[in-house]
Amino acid sequence: MTHTLGRPDFEVIAGWVEPGHRVLDLGCGDGTLLKHLIETRGVHGVGVEIDDANILAAIKNGINIIQGNLERGLDEFADQAFDHVVLSRTLQTVRHTEGILREMLRVGREAVVSFPNFAYWKNLRSVLDGRMPVSEDLPYQWYDSPNVRFFTLLDFEALCEQMGLIIRERHVLDEDGNIVHNTDNREINFLGSLAVYRLTQNR
Amino acid sequence: MPGQSVGAVQPQRAHFDQPLHLRSGGVLPAYDLVYETYGTLNAAKSNAILVCHALSGHHHVAGHYADQPDNIGWWDNIVGPGRPLDTDKFFIVGLNNLGGCHGSTGPSSLNPATGKPWGADFPIVAVNDWVHAQARLADLLGIDSWAAVMGGSLGGMQALRWSITFPERVRNAIVIAAAPKLSAQNIAFNDVARQAILTDPDFHGGHYYEHNTRPVRGLRLARMLGHITYLSDDQMGEKFGRELRNSAFSFGYGVEFEVESYLRYQGDKFAGYFDANTYLLMTKALDYFDPSREDDGNLTATMARTQANFLIASFTTDWRFTPARSKEIVAALLANGRNVSYAEIDLNFGHDSFLMEDAHYHGVVDAYLRNIKL
Repeated sequence: MTHTLGRPDFEVIAGWVEPGHRVLDLGCGDGTLLKHLIETRGVHGVGVEIDDANILAAIKNGINIIQGNLERGLDEFADQAFDHVVLSRTLQTVRHTEGILREMLRVGREAVVSFPNFAYWKNLRSVLDGRMPVSEDLPYQWYDSPNVRFFTLLDFEALCEQMGLIIRERHVLDEDGNIVHNTDNREINFLGSLAVYRLTQNR
Repeated sequence: MPGQSVGAVQPQRAHFDQPLHLRSGGVLPAYDLVYETYGTLNAAKSNAILVCHALSGHHHVAGHYADQPDNIGWWDNIVGPGRPLDTDKFFIVGLNNLGGCHGSTGPSSLNPATGKPWGADFPIVAVNDWVHAQARLADLLGIDSWAAVMGGSLGGMQALRWSITFPERVRNAIVIAAAPKLSAQNIAFNDVARQAILTDPDFHGGHYYEHNTRPVRGLRLARMLGHITYLSDDQMGEKFGRELRNSAFSFGYGVEFEVESYLRYQGDKFAGYFDANTYLLMTKALDYFDPSREDDGNLTATMARTQANFLIASFTTDWRFTPARSKEIVAALLANGRNVSYAEIDLNFGHDSFLMEDAHYHGVVDAYLRNIKL
């Protein structure tokens, strides 16, 4: 299986987005996902980034990009301004986890969240072997990692339930980016390296 | 500095006979605008960028004059072949606004009705009046729509106003270190500056030209005050600290601290060439600026009239127009689904950062302009 731009979660996200949708990508990096969604799905995209180099790269990519800090909320965005608000491989770097999830569903109809699953069996084996995991989806050493929250797929689902968020869809991917077809939650928690969720809430 | 200067340039003058009806209700029966252009207008006339000046700026944006090699344009570092405002691609227009004191019709020009300088009788012009005058210059140059209108501070406000007043004539607006309207504190600083001028005994109710004098003391104080608000506290601390010109205190009121020396020098220099009536007028244009007034203060409704794409930039150390003020503009544009990018640039020079050469800042403007389709 070949993956778009080397990011298998991008394909899952692209599949959830309809042409003409308004998409906000939080922590959008150089705007690669938005560019892909604009080119292939004809969306109207906006990204948020904190890093100067990414701001410059996204402007070069012709992406609408707003410099800002996700920890401080999304004040410049109006309620329900977007169809989808994407947080791709970024939730684990945000301290105010509940705050950002609430903000995503304030400004968007749906939240799309992907994150590395700490309970993936290779990660667990690595810890059992005495070392912090380093993998395709957790590509940092412990001392240079931007990640500040370490959680599993089941942890995340428990938080969603506690917050009253509705999981509309879930795709779990292995380290090669292939979809893990398994319905047992405990097993999928061991087999999935990256999880992608589509969330809403009752309004 | 990457890129090159545009080299030797020449100012030009345009005369307009069609009366200009001003926001104040006044009318200018005729007026002149001085301007400069750099680069070449393409056949489709689609590559023109208007650069609007701030409070003390003018038409000499870039390059130098053949007979004055040291007279370099105020934004020379961003204009030229290979620079962000690349004259190999764009045709750049800079002008001196109405009410200015660098050659365009202003308070020091002769009032045709009296044969004497206008002085205090020169009508107060608003930012929107400037935009209308600039539009006539665009007509004269054959420019139906600007590839971009841009500026910093009061210049950024003109770019914003352009996008609202003439939405079909602005394809991109680059608004740097600006605000959608002044705060009470901003207006307060402006009023102290005006009071310094208005209470100078040499002001003569604005008709000082007839008395062969100028309110130099007031203008100097106004500039010293203004200058403090353009710099950041950190930058002043780094540049001057508490350094003394001599090693010991003199226990008097002469120049002792380096910062005093610097401010007095800046004040003297400015008061030597700038016109006090123009200073008064420019600060009032700033105070009155508030496009959302037409929509009962609802900036989102105002920005709904725009069609341009926007680049908004602010500076972390700018306390005159803070990043939060730029984000008000960003929020109003986002609420209307406009194409907008916003960069918050970490530079240490306060409000004056917009004039500085910085690789990231200029990189952002360069990247944005390079994506403009002509």
